[in-house]
Amino acid sequence: MEEVTLTPKGEIDIMVEAEVITPDTFATKSANEIENLVVWQGSHELPLSGFFDVKGKGGSSAKETSIVIEGDVTRVKRIGEGMTGGSIVINGSAGMHTGSGMNGGEIVVNGNADAWAGMEMKGGFLHITGDAGDHAGCAYRGSWHGMTGGKLVIDGSALSQVGGGMSGGVIEVAGSVQNFCGIRQNSGLIIVKGDAVRTVGAEMSGGTIVVVGTITNFLPGFEYTDTESDLTFDDIVCQGEFKKFAGDHAIVTQTKGALYVSKNANEDL
Amino acid sequence: MAGNKTIAIKNGYVFDPLNEIDGELMDIFVKDGKVVRELSSAEMKNAKTIDAKGMTVMPGGVDSHSHIAGAKVNGGRMMRPEDSYKWNRKKTPFTHSGTGYTVPSVYLEGYQYSQMGYTTVFEAAVPPLEARHTHEEMRSIPMIDTGGYLVLGNNWFLMRYLRDGEIERAANYVAWMMRTHKTYGIKCVNPAGVENWGWAENIGALDEANIHFGVTPREMIHGLCEINELLGLPMSMHLHCNNLGQPGCFEITKDSLEIPSQIKTKQNLDVEWAETKVDSKRKQSVYLTHAQFNSFGGTSWGDFESGTKAIIDHVNQTDYIVMDSGCVPFGEATVMTGDGPAIHNLYKLTGNKWSNTDVEMECGSGILPFTYLKSNPIHSVQWAMGLEILLLVKDVWKSIMTTDHPNGGTFLKYPNILAWLMSQEAREATFNECHQWARDRSDLGTVDREMSLYDIAVLTRANPARTVGISHRKGSLGIGADGDVTIYNMDPTNLDTRDYENLVSNFSQAEYTIKDGGIVSRKGEIVAIPQKRTYYADVTVNEQGEKDMLADVKEWFKYYTVGFAHYPTPDSYLMNPTPIKINAEG
Repeated sequence: MEEVTLTPKGEIDIMVEAEVITPDTFATKSANEIENLVVWQGSHELPLSGFFDVKGKGGSSAKETSIVIEGDVTRVKRIGEGMTGGSIVINGSAGMHTGSGMNGGEIVVNGNADAWAGMEMKGGFLHITGDAGDHAGCAYRGSWHGMTGGKLVIDGSALSQVGGGMSGGVIEVAGSVQNFCGIRQNSGLIIVKGDAVRTVGAEMSGGTIVVVGTITNFLPGFEYTDTESDLTFDDIVCQGEFKKFAGDHAIVTQTKGALYVSKNANEDL
Repeated sequence: MAGNKTIAIKNGYVFDPLNEIDGELMDIFVKDGKVVRELSSAEMKNAKTIDAKGMTVMPGGVDSHSHIAGAKVNGGRMMRPEDSYKWNRKKTPFTHSGTGYTVPSVYLEGYQYSQMGYTTVFEAAVPPLEARHTHEEMRSIPMIDTGGYLVLGNNWFLMRYLRDGEIERAANYVAWMMRTHKTYGIKCVNPAGVENWGWAENIGALDEANIHFGVTPREMIHGLCEINELLGLPMSMHLHCNNLGQPGCFEITKDSLEIPSQIKTKQNLDVEWAETKVDSKRKQSVYLTHAQFNSFGGTSWGDFESGTKAIIDHVNQTDYIVMDSGCVPFGEATVMTGDGPAIHNLYKLTGNKWSNTDVEMECGSGILPFTYLKSNPIHSVQWAMGLEILLLVKDVWKSIMTTDHPNGGTFLKYPNILAWLMSQEAREATFNECHQWARDRSDLGTVDREMSLYDIAVLTRANPARTVGISHRKGSLGIGADGDVTIYNMDPTNLDTRDYENLVSNFSQAEYTIKDGGIVSRKGEIVAIPQKRTYYADVTVNEQGEKDMLADVKEWFKYYTVGFAHYPTPDSYLMNPTPIKINAEG
């Protein structure tokens, strides 16, 4: 395993599109070759070395390459996009589209991640130790098919549209979410340990959502079916009593969607 | 026109069906943008010379039916950000950037057509009220000459005139509309049915009268075909039949095709004709579009099967029909048509996002994203049907290769279709990947025909040009034709059609695309942005007749939301407006 260390050179004004920062692209490259990889900033193409000091070299393959980013990269987009193996550790907060469409390997963000983290991810493991922005693990705008595989873990909270259009994989949010969590979900699992504001599971036709906390405004298209205790999904355990609902019947004619909400935290349901 | 060039293309194998040239080793010369017999030695000195040794030379590609501009294409773009996100192209010193796979931005459309060797493309449906918008987009599509067909099958004025048997007034109206909107030919979509769609109904039979107007599809089809030949327009009436996309629709298609059987073809262009060995005037009195979508068999999705046989037999037995295929090459598509109810049916089937428009007194439209899957039994049969239409029509001059872009799939998949036509091995490979229904419910599996490069040149050049009536300047390399040439890096004397992937890559990227004698695309790279033209039908009719018709039109114009003075599309909306003179009196 070879390691490449990227250290941000300073403040970035216009956001940088850096989909080249993946173990796949770095593999087999020297520090100098990595420095010369091209990124877009606005309408300009610039070398990666314009924004980062590069140390180390790529391994023989993506799997044999690990990347460590030492510092804040909130204004660097698309880190780890489409990666198939290896690892990226960001010791700081990450920009938009981190781990978009990733298919394998592991990304750890030791900080917050901006919008679209893990967008349409297919496989691998994306771990955000802080908060995530909007559209975490979501389909791109206009698409009704989002994440198909892999696992996205957010230790903090996330904003709106978590797991939109989800077709597979697992999303686990330790904190709370805002609106439209699991909108159009058709398969896969979303677990929110905290609360949700409204429109959880809107238009969902399949898959499972668990909200361990309170849903402020519950959708009318869900039908109560059962009460279950201590839910287990592989290695994830949600303790307590849960009301189980089927939906969203308001929009979808045939739905296999299941929504679990804490019984105690939602007494008025 | 500025930028016209002089060029000599030497030693290539030339395929020019309108001149019955079938792979002959010869030189092609273009002077000041037009094909000439030869260049003098002085002219040769200043000419660009291309050595096309071991390569295939054809006239520039002509697409006679594609949705590339206008309100519904743009609607598709707006509805589908996800279509743009993953398909983009960066700018170069010559070219703009662009995005979009099934509904590309205007620049991308031009570049991508040109890369494949196309030089002329017709927009298949222009609602009159959207003509300005359509022209605004068409003028921004670089690289290719364009024109658009005017949607008239549910037009309030025409429905009234045809119901009342006022054929001459109707003809005068059509002539005026072509000039007013700078459009090229008559398009008829779900005749009399789209009007009913305004009332949440459709029409299911040729003799069913529609709401309020009481006109039948039969009357509209016959009337528009008759008007077309009364005026002597370049293209014959261009028909999209009723019940499109419904199991069993082949029956109404077959019956619809009978309607113009007695109408005599009369194309009356007042233009300079390029020299051709074959008569390059059109032969047909009706041009059926996307025959695949009009040829569904069975009675439900459960017993769905190819219904192309009845249509193909009819076309084989007669000589007044040309059809384009509307092939389904699998993958992403965006369905868009003036046939609002047909798209609503797809919405009910798929639940996908759906858009619908009513164009007040004229027509309607619908748009919906669609994905054709090899694992899907219906889609697999549709794939087979599109190819049946091209392979089982015996006379290649009766068919044209299209995907009804982007309905059956994007035009970027044309190379795949050509490979399927040329290589049985390619078809077998797809049979093995797709659903068994493709083999079980169509005749494609029994077809062993493999098309030649000459056949391909008919399907993609000579015949679309002749069918739409642009063969006086396009679709051939005859003396006087536009200097539009495609050179593919394929040696016809040593072509292995079993290597179909090689065919696909060669058709995807012409070695050279030459427009008006200038090299515009080289191995997939755009090297020059040529001038382009917009063609429209300029029909002269009897002055008094036009005056009478206009008096009536003005009276009824009060029902429009626009004023009469704002209705026409001015010349300034067109890039190099190029009227095709037609003398209806002649």
